Amino acid sequence: MNSDFTQTMILTFQVAIITTVILLVLGIPLSYWLAYSRSRGKAVVETLVSMPLVLPPTVLGFYLLVFFSPVNAVGSFLESWLNLRLVFSFEGVIVGSVLFSLPFMIHPLQSGFAAIPANLREAAATLGISRVKTLFTILLPNMKPGILAGCVLSFAHTIGEFGVVLMVGGNIPGETRMASIAIYDRVEALDYATAHQYAFVLFAITFSILLLVYMVNRRFARMELL
Amino acid sequence: MIEINVTKRLHTAEGPMDLVFSADVDQGEFITLFGPSGAGKTTLLRMLAGLTTPDKGTIIVNDQRWFDSTRRVNQPPRQRSIGMVFQDYALFPHLSVAENIGLALPRQKRRTVVNELLNVAGLKELAERKPDKLSGGQRQRVALARALALKPAILLLDEPLSALDLNMRLNLQEELLRLHRRYQPTTLLVSHDLSEVFRLSRHVFVLDKGKVTRSGSPAEVFSRSQISNKFRFTGEVVHIEPSGVVGIVHVLVGQDVVQVIASEQELATLTVGKRVLIASKAFNPLIMPLAG
Repeated sequence: MNSDFTQTMILTFQVAIITTVILLVLGIPLSYWLAYSRSRGKAVVETLVSMPLVLPPTVLGFYLLVFFSPVNAVGSFLESWLNLRLVFSFEGVIVGSVLFSLPFMIHPLQSGFAAIPANLREAAATLGISRVKTLFTILLPNMKPGILAGCVLSFAHTIGEFGVVLMVGGNIPGETRMASIAIYDRVEALDYATAHQYAFVLFAITFSILLLVYMVNRRFARMELL
Repeated sequence: MIEINVTKRLHTAEGPMDLVFSADVDQGEFITLFGPSGAGKTTLLRMLAGLTTPDKGTIIVNDQRWFDSTRRVNQPPRQRSIGMVFQDYALFPHLSVAENIGLALPRQKRRTVVNELLNVAGLKELAERKPDKLSGGQRQRVALARALALKPAILLLDEPLSALDLNMRLNLQEELLRLHRRYQPTTLLVSHDLSEVFRLSRHVFVLDKGKVTRSGSPAEVFSRSQISNKFRFTGEVVHIEPSGVVGIVHVLVGQDVVQVIASEQELATLTVGKRVLIASKAFNPLIMPLAG
């Protein structure tokens, strides 16, 4: 194992973990709102959340690139006020990954919220339990399979993403070069051995993660909800 | 004192229906709402709880305005002093019996109140069990204890006993009466079981298609004639045995089958399955069908 390989793999997992944590924190309130709100704006938000499923990653990457470029308003604002440059940087890859993996977190959480019988929330309300306490003590503990599925899918999807990262991040070793890009990069250089090394490790890891989820979910499914 | 005066348009399978209800209920009363399914009984409870919003009207509880459509007042369920037992109990599946009962209580009071309720409801041994390890009657007791934990002004019971077998139902009716005597919450019970109405409540509202058709004490409401009785029971005819000019009517009263002799004229009004009132005036028992 050369240091390049290790560095790229560590970076890939760093991006995936950070993205998943951010998505979980953003995803719980957003999917709560999507599951229970009767607002009219909901359909628009639902559509936007699902867009990454059908949009070519390059489209999202292209807009992010244009949007965050320091020659544009948003990009120059971020750079001058927060000293944050989101193109060709680690932070930019995180932002891109969060947007691109959004549906993979939101959809399982939203189904999880929707699957909880309404009368559990109503019972909590008649007992005077606040919305926030209801969320943490009643709703989230009863949708563990949804939370697990959301985290794992976001994590696995971030590890496997290519287009957005390439457009926004480029191919900077230790900064934005993730494993999927490294494979492309190695194949272009006709270095099939290294490409194979990356590809096999990615395959093995994602396979074991998904296998674990299915096994855990089977155990959850046997738990009877009352 | 609870003053209810509400209307709401409901969309039922048979088309739109207006639910109209108006009543004054004294503190500590035990009221039943009786009627066929779809009459609006559950909706009425939900409006009191704040889970469903009436179209028009007022709900005033102990001088607090919970709902007033003219003043645009509508307190959310969280701010209303209510305890509600749902038809399917709605216990929190991941919490133990004790945690279910104590979840809403402030930390410093939790242990004493939970222990008291566990004792009163006979749940001491089950405190650490999860709801899926409980029988129907036990779940029912937990739901009741949970609803009483915050000492609510109003206790709302939505057909809490309908899923249980007769034996369990009779036990829990006793329990319910005991708990009501002890904590004295103003109680509204939705029921479509006549014997339950007779045993539990002092006042019954009969609802049909959204309207109150009759109200009063159960005996007033369900027996057509007013007789001064030495004793009276209600039950269900389970068997009629002709015997010469008279018939022997077997009536299920509570858990006992009582045999009553009925004249030919009386027999003509009776069929198996009919709910009846058995009353005795001096030594001459009367038997007659119950309306409703």
